[in-house]
Amino acid sequence: MKTIEIPDLSLVVLIGASGSGKSTFGRSHFRPTEVLSSDFFRGLVSDDENDQSSTPDAFDALYYLLETRLRRGKLTVVDATNVRAEDRKRLVETARKYHCLPVAFVINTPEKVCQERNSNRPDRNFGPHVVRRQVSDLRRGLRGLQREGFRHVHILDDTSDLQIQRVPLWNNRKGEHGPFDIVGDIHGCADELRQLLTKLGWEPHEQTWRHPEGRKVVFLGDLVDRGPKVVEVIDLVRGMIQAGNALCVAGNHDVKLVKWLRGKQVQVKHGLEQSIAELEPLSEEVRSGIASFLDGLVSHYVLDDGKLVVAHAGLREEMHGRGSGAVRVFCLYGETTGETDEFGLPIRYNWAAEYRGRAAVVYGHTPVPQPEWLNNTVNIDTGAVFGGALTALRYPEREFVSVPSAREYSVPIRPLNPVVPQARSSQQVLDDVLDLADVTGKRIVETRLHRNITIREENSIAALEVMSRFATDPHWLIYLPPTMSPSESSTREHYLEYPSEAFDYFRKNGVSRVVCEEKHLGSRAVVVVCKDASIARERFGAVDGRAGVCYTRTGRPFFSDPAEEAALVERVSRAVTEASLWDEFKTGWFCFDCELMPWSAKARELLQRQYAPVGAAGVASLQAVVDALRKSQSAAHLLVVYEERLENLKAYRAAYRRYCWPVATLADYKLAPFHLLASEGKVHSAQTNRWHMETLHRLAAVDPEFIVATRYIELDINDEAEVNAACRWWEDLTGAGGEGMVVKPLDFIAQGPKGFVQPALKCRGREYLRIIYGP
Amino acid sequence: MLLTLSQTGPQAESISFLLHKHPANLHVVELPFGNATVFYTETTDEKFTVQLLLAIDPVELVRGAQQLEQYVNDRPYVASSYLTVAMGRVFGTAMAGNCKKRPELVDTKLPLTVVVEVIRSLGGEQVLHKLFEPLGYKVSVTRHSLDEKFPEWGESPYFRLALEANATVRDTLTHLYVLMPVLDDQKHYYVGDAEVEKLLSRGEGWLNTHPERQLIVSRYLKRRVSLMDQAFARLLSDEVEDTDAAESQAEQSGIAEKELERPLTLHTQRINLVATRLKELGAKTVLDLGCGEGRLIRRLLADRTFERIQGVDVSHRALEVAASRLKLESMPARQRERLTLLQGSLLYRDHRLAGFDAAAVVEVIEHLDQPRLLAFERVLFEFARPTHIVITTPNREYNVLFPTLLPGKMRHGDHRFEWTRQEFEGWAFRVAERFSYTVRFEPVGPVDALHGAPSQMAIFVLGEGGAA
Repeated sequence: MKTIEIPDLSLVVLIGASGSGKSTFGRSHFRPTEVLSSDFFRGLVSDDENDQSSTPDAFDALYYLLETRLRRGKLTVVDATNVRAEDRKRLVETARKYHCLPVAFVINTPEKVCQERNSNRPDRNFGPHVVRRQVSDLRRGLRGLQREGFRHVHILDDTSDLQIQRVPLWNNRKGEHGPFDIVGDIHGCADELRQLLTKLGWEPHEQTWRHPEGRKVVFLGDLVDRGPKVVEVIDLVRGMIQAGNALCVAGNHDVKLVKWLRGKQVQVKHGLEQSIAELEPLSEEVRSGIASFLDGLVSHYVLDDGKLVVAHAGLREEMHGRGSGAVRVFCLYGETTGETDEFGLPIRYNWAAEYRGRAAVVYGHTPVPQPEWLNNTVNIDTGAVFGGALTALRYPEREFVSVPSAREYSVPIRPLNPVVPQARSSQQVLDDVLDLADVTGKRIVETRLHRNITIREENSIAALEVMSRFATDPHWLIYLPPTMSPSESSTREHYLEYPSEAFDYFRKNGVSRVVCEEKHLGSRAVVVVCKDASIARERFGAVDGRAGVCYTRTGRPFFSDPAEEAALVERVSRAVTEASLWDEFKTGWFCFDCELMPWSAKARELLQRQYAPVGAAGVASLQAVVDALRKSQSAAHLLVVYEERLENLKAYRAAYRRYCWPVATLADYKLAPFHLLASEGKVHSAQTNRWHMETLHRLAAVDPEFIVATRYIELDINDEAEVNAACRWWEDLTGAGGEGMVVKPLDFIAQGPKGFVQPALKCRGREYLRIIYGP
Repeated sequence: MLLTLSQTGPQAESISFLLHKHPANLHVVELPFGNATVFYTETTDEKFTVQLLLAIDPVELVRGAQQLEQYVNDRPYVASSYLTVAMGRVFGTAMAGNCKKRPELVDTKLPLTVVVEVIRSLGGEQVLHKLFEPLGYKVSVTRHSLDEKFPEWGESPYFRLALEANATVRDTLTHLYVLMPVLDDQKHYYVGDAEVEKLLSRGEGWLNTHPERQLIVSRYLKRRVSLMDQAFARLLSDEVEDTDAAESQAEQSGIAEKELERPLTLHTQRINLVATRLKELGAKTVLDLGCGEGRLIRRLLADRTFERIQGVDVSHRALEVAASRLKLESMPARQRERLTLLQGSLLYRDHRLAGFDAAAVVEVIEHLDQPRLLAFERVLFEFARPTHIVITTPNREYNVLFPTLLPGKMRHGDHRFEWTRQEFEGWAFRVAERFSYTVRFEPVGPVDALHGAPSQMAIFVLGEGGAA
């Protein structure tokens, strides 16, 4: 049996006259969903597979599906006669557009057989001249297929006893999981390379290098030119690859050197002269070995289940794992705008700014002062040969490891940007203006803890308006709090909520220790505070000069006056300093989840529009009703009902008044932080709620006038005495007018037998609920 | 909610016959949203006082028919459309003018007093007087305080309304029936054609001569233009022949414009000026950023030199209104092709904004928080980069000339800033320089020698060397 290999991402074009057996061939070697047949599409658009007048529409539909499939990276077979070069041209172009390899299968069945088959099919009532013309067209084009752009051409006189095998592209190394040490452009800096390998923990071993932890090096190409020890570098890299300890992609210099080695005309500049000087004295055999080694380098690799892509000059997402001339050119030279700069060098197009892919892309090619992540891509060419450094990226650790160059081996045409301490990262600068395409339409957000969250289009439409019109600068918006569930309604008389239900919930979900925190009625506030404005600039990329922000649960600035916000940030910052938390957490910033009181400060509009008017209208109205009922005999029985309602209304007024006081300056506010959400390098979700309370109490201790130490108790909800005590504690709190309490599992993120447990349940007191449910 | 009706003087008991409610009994009527109870608190020879007590359960309403959005709600305590529905059930016969036992009383004017304990009056005390005094009532009004503990929260919108008149019970009840929801300016049920019928029949004999008929019709019909048209056409058809349709039309649309006349005129001037300048600049394709409800778009569509107009607004709702105002669905295909409306934000880079000759940003930037102008500048001047950019914004200096604007206040609640001419020009020069545009300025609206014009305009042109 004959075996034909085809790349697993190809556009397979079947070529043959009507009746040649293309469809049978397609059916026997490919999945039904992989074959797009023109007959079938004619049927789809016209209900008649032989309606030739429907051909243009049928091909429109066919190409739509073809493009969709190729974009998605699916092998696709086009089953049409495809006998004329102009029919095939569009197919080759389409394959190129999606960087797939076009493969031609010519089903070279004799004309006589075709004619016989067609005459046995009553639906094919076209005359014999049609097939005759097809066969002659086909013959004429046969020899030009390679030239038309088909990477593989298979002419089959006999389609029986044949097997098609799909082979992965060279670049597909998804099965390699590393860990990797990815090394940037070396350019003959063999000494620096050895130092770097040593620093990375590699050891010389039997003529080559190996890593005790079984790591693998990935070289990003440009091994040659410019530097002092080109051949040493080639030998070292080749040796490691042969030992199975390394991979290497091709760089533009490597490719050019191959051309020279193969005797092609090349301009001897940009450091090629150094390579030539080293290679010229070598034997023809050695040189040809080097040529075939360099020539065999693949232009990019997709590694680690598609999570990592390496290429000399980077790679756009739609080219990952694809094979085409355009992909290779991009890998070698990157993308340029077509213009040149004052040094005559091409101006590079910043493809990374638009990159949104899931795979990390690691590349080199253009020297940069420091490696810097941008949109999950990183350039690690730090100009070793230009006196910079040779840099490696450890993956998956994402650590950079560098060794400085011993000297400047080559002078760059365009000076390397000096390493200036940049206050803001490229990512921050890029993020100054967000792209609408990243936030509109239906979106799916992946979360680390939970399932994916789908944001429906109508919600993203509304969110765009809210975020554009009201939110604070998005650089600062690192957290938006969720709302909190109440506990189940209480079965107890006169209580809408009671602690037992909250405890029951946690007990049912396998939580035994909980923390009960006093609930403050103010407004939710997220406070981000930095040690100073320069840290704010560096860490958050904020150019507004603020050292921190305070925003509401919907991301709006809490204060309309920037001076008030600055004063609050200042005061919290001072407390952090006095409590010595900066050093203890090794951080220059904190993010706190808080309640800011009084309620009336933020909710004044609500109070004026809703709560107070209901109180005013209610008291006036019910007082009149009570007065009238007192004078009536027939309706006297209603008096007691309305007297009670009047009392309730007065209690309602008293309830909301308790949470209101006028604010003139910051001193009139009180801040009750209850979560220390994050600081440099850490999200504190692994800490218990007890830890959060204890840590935040230390802040309150140094500024008790302003920062409230939230009262809390911790208990075992399986211990009846402790539960009873907690209920009494709640009754005391709420009896004294408190809003209630929040019950949280001891662990910040708690998991029960049925999955995640609510992070908190609120349990509110009777007086407070008057405000929510009305008088 | 309590409504109190009294009759004084001889034969004070007449009211009980007219209302068909026996003074010794308690009358309870169940309603979909609660119940109404009628009882008497005075039954002397000199005075009969009858009370209508309406009980509404807000919790039931929120959970049930969802007519109320909030548990905490003033509806149970104020005179509203709930009360008029109750009146219709309880005093329907009286309002219809039926009284079998004492038919002569129906048209007899009696000394009546009415007390509405709590009524919300949109527009304040003045409106109470304006609505009832022309109907012959002596009006006394007391305002309820909002919360005496927090005087800084301001006044409540509620009043105690007392009316006195020599009037028939039927007329008084009818006046209350129509005017209480007008004062309250809300209705808990759907307002459709039937509401026009109701208004015209209840308003028969007094509404068409009421000096505030515009206000009454407009609020009673929830400002729905088609309903108002119907009502006016029929209300005014009784009037003398020479009142032609145009006049009634003018009267009707005058309602909306009355208070806003000045700014609307200014806005029209502004739009005309922007359109004129865009044309002079030779722009064929125009972006209207922050197009709102589409007034500039309408003006541009009328001129065929503008081949392509793209309106962008962050508010999806505003775009829907624009589409309906511009009658997008029924627009002829040739015109329709010239127009695109899309949701977008001035703070996000958007490839759909690139490739236009000109952008108009009319009275928009003052709605952005000032620190976020940085993003706006880059989105428009760096990424969208049209050849011409026209930006208008209020001139704060002019504010002192608005008689109703309090010192230090801005013209619109959502304005984040209002700039003086110097501030605007300073900003515009900086932006122009940074992004290689040239800029010139022009006043919009009547120019005051000292304070300038109410609005100001900057016209940016992409500089020669600025194509990079």
